[in-house]
Amino acid sequence: MGFSGLDVAQTPPLPASPGQGGLARARRERPAWGRLGLRGLALLYLGLMVVLPLSAVVTKGFGGGIASLQDAFSQLGARQALILTIEMAALVAVINAVFGTITAYVLTRYRFPGRNAVATVVDIPFAIPTLVTGVMLVALYGPNSPVGGFLARHGVHIIFAKLGILVALLFVTLPLVVRTVQPVMQELDRGEEEAAQVLGARRWRTFRQVMLPHLRAGIVAGSLLAFARALGEFGAVVIVSGNIANKTLTAPVLIAQLISGFKDPRAAAAIGTILFGLAFVLVLIVERLVGHKELREHAS
Amino acid sequence: MSEGIVVQGLWKRFGSFDAVKDVGFEAEDGKITALLGPSGSGKSTVLRMIAGLERPDAGRIWVGGEEQTGKSVQERRFGFVFQHYALFRHMTVSRNVAFGLSVRKEPKAAQRSRVNELLELVGLAPFASRYPDQLSGGQRQRVALARALAPQPRLLLLDEPFGALDARVRQELRRWLDDLHRELGVTSLLVTHDQDEALELANEVVVMHQGRVEQIGTADEIYNQPVTPFVAGFVGAANIINGYVSAGRIRVADGAPAGAGHLPEGEKAQAYVRSHDIRLTTSAGDGAVSADVERVTNMGWTSKIHLQLPDGQVLIAQLPNEEVDWIRPGARVYAGLRGAKVFSAADVEDAAADSRPAEVSEAVVVTRTPSREAIPRAP
Amino acid sequence: MNTTAGRTPRLSAGARRRLVHGGLIAATFGYVGVLVVAPLIGIAVAALKPGLSAWRTVFADPYARHAYLLTGYITVEALLVTTVLGVVVSLVLSRDRFPGRAVVSALVDLPLAVSPVVVGLAAVLLFGLGGWFEPWFAARNIQILFAVPSMVLVTIFISIPFVIREVAPLLQELGTEEEQAARTLGASRLQTFFRITLPNIRWGLLYGIALSTARAIGEVGAVLIVSGTIAGQTETSTLYILRAFDEGQDNSGYVVALTLAMVSIVMLFGIEFFRRRQEKGHSA
Repeated sequence: MGFSGLDVAQTPPLPASPGQGGLARARRERPAWGRLGLRGLALLYLGLMVVLPLSAVVTKGFGGGIASLQDAFSQLGARQALILTIEMAALVAVINAVFGTITAYVLTRYRFPGRNAVATVVDIPFAIPTLVTGVMLVALYGPNSPVGGFLARHGVHIIFAKLGILVALLFVTLPLVVRTVQPVMQELDRGEEEAAQVLGARRWRTFRQVMLPHLRAGIVAGSLLAFARALGEFGAVVIVSGNIANKTLTAPVLIAQLISGFKDPRAAAAIGTILFGLAFVLVLIVERLVGHKELREHAS
Repeated sequence: MSEGIVVQGLWKRFGSFDAVKDVGFEAEDGKITALLGPSGSGKSTVLRMIAGLERPDAGRIWVGGEEQTGKSVQERRFGFVFQHYALFRHMTVSRNVAFGLSVRKEPKAAQRSRVNELLELVGLAPFASRYPDQLSGGQRQRVALARALAPQPRLLLLDEPFGALDARVRQELRRWLDDLHRELGVTSLLVTHDQDEALELANEVVVMHQGRVEQIGTADEIYNQPVTPFVAGFVGAANIINGYVSAGRIRVADGAPAGAGHLPEGEKAQAYVRSHDIRLTTSAGDGAVSADVERVTNMGWTSKIHLQLPDGQVLIAQLPNEEVDWIRPGARVYAGLRGAKVFSAADVEDAAADSRPAEVSEAVVVTRTPSREAIPRAP
Repeated sequence: MNTTAGRTPRLSAGARRRLVHGGLIAATFGYVGVLVVAPLIGIAVAALKPGLSAWRTVFADPYARHAYLLTGYITVEALLVTTVLGVVVSLVLSRDRFPGRAVVSALVDLPLAVSPVVVGLAAVLLFGLGGWFEPWFAARNIQILFAVPSMVLVTIFISIPFVIREVAPLLQELGTEEEQAARTLGASRLQTFFRITLPNIRWGLLYGIALSTARAIGEVGAVLIVSGTIAGQTETSTLYILRAFDEGQDNSGYVVALTLAMVSIVMLFGIEFFRRRQEKGHSA
């Protein structure tokens, strides 16, 4: 073996100017006016339409300081209204968390006649105006209807009672849980479930130990969304509940009463701030849990 | 100035990561040039900068004598083929192919005839009204090529065009692209990590590693005259064995199997040798290293022979069956390294720590092309 | 299976499983049926009981006609804004990388959680007497509050999320390769958007628009507060229903409610159709 001549392979000319790691004529990327313009437009839109109004509420609400908040809180039955609202919302979130998850499970894992119908029906509350929901419930359970009359005779009052509020809120928030949980369920790796089944686990155990950990975030997020939605619900509740102060008067309806005719905008703003504050925190939590995967999977 | 591609001093940084460091090369007009390298070597980034899809932080680009550096993607009018086809999913095959023409507002009749011409060329005329999701991967890539070629670009850029296809389709399309290029003669720049592809298709190969150019040369030069340890190891599978230089040869265990006259005495060195360049004999001589046969695996018409050297290092030889039928596991043989490339170990470490490629002044051991005839049989 | 006389045979594992499956499915049907389907039937009955005469009365009522028109007008206006700007925000959210993206994403979701009453309140605080912007508009004699403009504004607020939540993830999923290919073929940014991007997000966009529309039609809390409910001027269909029940005109209320429900169901079919198309990812 030997040399058959010094044949120097072609190599690139060594850099003439820049030192190691230097970007001699580093050209700054020309700002893409199109992109900046779009960004500006988007920020302007959201700033004007979302940030501005909400800051008005918070400013007015905290305007008199914490004292005025407490003030508004204690009078005019605001306290009872808030407690009722939060109670109902929490109840609804829990009930729909359970039934919503079951529905999502049934829709994704089972094949049965009428499956598409169920999926469509689940979406109905998303399409129906909330006021119409209230009207429907009155039509169905009101004292004049056969069903309502029947229930009343047996001591079950839905209209003008807390139960009515509950039913209305359940209706309105059902799709929120189902549609938050369903896609997560669909994305689940069937392989894990199958592995569990091969190892002998039955449906419930497979669900509890293999699926649930993955679904937890989605279920919680859906429930929080339902909770937030229920907190602020107006249309469905205003017709059904009868708005009886200290009994079936919810915070949103109270705010509406306070602001119409400018009766007490400050108190309205105070209660509104509390409601908004709660909603804001909930949205933050939901964002962390499930929010916009595209932001979490950090693009390279 | 050359009529082909000239690239000078390209740099690109993403955040704190330097993807492309001072890359320069020339690609001849009318020929296929390959940018070959492992993933992360920056080759795709270079291609995209030439296309205009990325802006270099520094450096200049000429094509056909005209500077392209400031021009937008649309102005450059180069054909680009993506690894994942990037076909317009809601358009039929013909509308996909026609797109570049319709953007330029060519008259409809001219568009139609050109689309037909190209679909004939790529053999997909019967699929004109199909949608991309009705085609196989290989078909989609052919449509992508037709689409890129329709506006008669003077440069064709291909970004790992066969990377998403399975092996058999890849081979077919490779041959097909070769034929296509012979017929059309468009200057082409092909990015790939598949060295077979680069060696088979390209006139010239630019080997890249960690953002820099390691070597530029013809397929033969790259394969047989690697300038740096990286190129030696990357192009063509190689065994790497460690030793030190003594009396002009590299000493490994009890042998001195390869020449290393270009390196200083006592220097730690590495020899790169291809599996088919290992010669096995029953007796020591000519500097051969002793080795124990661990395993013999039949691979069809060759056999892989796993050898262990006295100092623990491993060599894998792959030779035609008729030459090694005398070898049994457990036997003691002597291995000679024909055509090994020897590099200073310091250079290898430097390359790993990302320094500049080996100095031009370092003499390279040049070898004959391995040939299958005239292999001395063991006496 | 060993059974002794007098002992009922235990269900096989297979039968037990089927029972559980069946039970879950039945529970779902039952829950959804009672919760959603029953009320729908209820309102249909209630609205149709008094017969066609009730319908004729309602449609003869000019206030009702105005209410429908107003709802339509406000919905269309809000839709224009939230669709166009929704696509802009979606593009920015999915493709532009800038600090504070997460904040923007949270802002987009906020209207879903905020009570519409709070939205109305905000409008009053901004445009009402003593509000931040009131002097500017009053000086130019432009009526925002207790007039249609404020109703459009609040409707925009509550419809902001729908288009964005559908289109942004879609854009993210689609990636930019097709757009890059279009640019290498010479298309300008505008051409690329209209010929490549828009067709690719078509179904998701329509889905978002349908959801948006349904939401806008049904808005009541916010518009109640800002409109002043001036019948024949600032009374939408939903406000009409409220007033009808307030004044004891239950029948009219049921009729208008049923028409809204029917429109929503039609929208719903549209929604489902668009959603299926989007999920299928069909090219045609």
